[in-house]
Amino acid sequence: MSDLTAMTLAEARDAIRAKTISSRELTAAFVTAIEQARPLNAFITEAGEQALAMADAADKRIAGGAMGALEGLPLAIKDLFCTKGVRTTAASKILGNFVPPYESTVTQNLWDAGAVMLGKTNLDEFAMGSSNETSAFGPVFNPWRASDSNANLVPGGSSGGSSAAVAADLCLAATGTDTGGSIRQPAAVTGRVGLKPTYGRCSRFGIVAFASSLDQAGPMTKTVRDAAMMLKTMASVDPRDSTSMDLPVPDYEKLLEGGIKGLRVGIPKEYRIDGAPAEIDALWTKGADWLKAQGAEIVEVSLPHTKYALPTYYIVAPAEASSNLARYDGVKFGYRAPGARDITELYEKSRGEGFGAEVQRRILIGTYVLSAGYYDAYYAKAQKLRSLIKRDFEQAFETCDVLLTPTTPGPAFAVGAKTADPVEMYLQDVFTVTVNLAGLPGISVPAGLTSNGLPLGLQLIGKAFDEATLLRAAQAIETAADFKHSPAKWWSV
Amino acid sequence: MSVDKDTVRRIAKLARLAVPETRLEPMAAELNGIFQWVEMLGEVDVTGVPAMTSVVAQKLKWREDKVSDGNQADALLANAPGGEDHFFVVPKVVE
Repeated sequence: MSDLTAMTLAEARDAIRAKTISSRELTAAFVTAIEQARPLNAFITEAGEQALAMADAADKRIAGGAMGALEGLPLAIKDLFCTKGVRTTAASKILGNFVPPYESTVTQNLWDAGAVMLGKTNLDEFAMGSSNETSAFGPVFNPWRASDSNANLVPGGSSGGSSAAVAADLCLAATGTDTGGSIRQPAAVTGRVGLKPTYGRCSRFGIVAFASSLDQAGPMTKTVRDAAMMLKTMASVDPRDSTSMDLPVPDYEKLLEGGIKGLRVGIPKEYRIDGAPAEIDALWTKGADWLKAQGAEIVEVSLPHTKYALPTYYIVAPAEASSNLARYDGVKFGYRAPGARDITELYEKSRGEGFGAEVQRRILIGTYVLSAGYYDAYYAKAQKLRSLIKRDFEQAFETCDVLLTPTTPGPAFAVGAKTADPVEMYLQDVFTVTVNLAGLPGISVPAGLTSNGLPLGLQLIGKAFDEATLLRAAQAIETAADFKHSPAKWWSV
Repeated sequence: MSVDKDTVRRIAKLARLAVPETRLEPMAAELNGIFQWVEMLGEVDVTGVPAMTSVVAQKLKWREDKVSDGNQADALLANAPGGEDHFFVVPKVVE
């Protein structure tokens, strides 16, 4: 095998089952790749030694004939998932030294299936951002560069370390979380696959909370098949998350077969926005043509409240965040500011020094919209808008089975290009955020390159708990797009 | 609706967040930028629309009222910035 790290998750699984490679060989290749890729800053914590120990244990199980679904396969974990005994920071100074005494359900499911943990990936602080630039551990650089410039580009966010790690072949696959687009947007701008499952499909237990009614974990992978494999293991019914749905987890990989003949694909006209680059529009049309050529029926649908989704989100998400982040007060865990004279000063100073600028901004927005006199005008109104946005989708799904849209309004942008104006950064999520507000599953699939060689994605949106249909449609896009591009390894030292 | 320096000071107090005096004015400007953008929600008539309470149709789960875990004092204290003899230590609260 020439380059072990270039394999897909499914190829690596098959090679391990055929015993043509060991988990140890595979894991060692990734540990080396991660060390060489430090200029990307994709990892906050590397766990090379532990990874090799996990690989040896997997090889023993393989020799004994007892293999899990992901036996011996090395993965990267977003540093928002609590991992027992391994520092979990949420990319915040306030959790900089936190070592969880317990494991998140999603990661436990992965280890139970035999997977190997390579390390914890960088992200926007508390997953608040679309470019990985709010991390207290520094920005991540996108492995991709434009053909006409050597400028460092952002890898998207908030799961920017995971997207960079998958695109740079630093892991077979990674976990992400998606509150407003944090899996799909980074996957799109790094030319890889990102799946946000239906709210309630994956347990939120042990994931550092941002906005609890919107957060959902999902896989970031090289192929749609790999996403199906990952979701099968990540998803479970969990008594420790009261919003985890009591539904059996289907074998998504098996359900990839069968094609899309007769599938009704909705094109929401409100996603055609003024000022979007012509390349995005052209790719979207191409995507519809690809699906049509494989037997799908294209129907125009309307989601009339689309333009209100982002402002709705920027009330609901900060409101929930201000409440969730109240727990960081310098008392039971996390950063404690020195020299406080009383308990109130301890809280205020610890939080003021421990949280970064974007997190503070959102805590203040959230506190304001929930405060006496403003609750009805902002929060209650936003929750009503959310009902209307969900209703839009329900009506659209009366005439179609999936929706096709662009994932992002543009390709990866330069580091520092959008940090001056918060609203401009928020607009990155214009096509992805509706899905979170309505609790639906969405997937981004790499579909093409801009004229200067940067990846663009197409998004498919499915009905609640119908990830199987979503993945089948995504595979149809993947097959037609035949996206085989990878970034040049400029970072290798 | 417009946020001024005093409003930022008040909500920072509510949020138990130390915002330095020099940051109050810029923060007010940033928040106003965001709130002005959010104002577009005013265009939508939401009369008779129910506020969302659950994003997926789901019956709230019940669990048995019994202890499932416990005796984890060491684990609970392991990350405490101030901890002694199974107590969290904070500055003096009562004079």
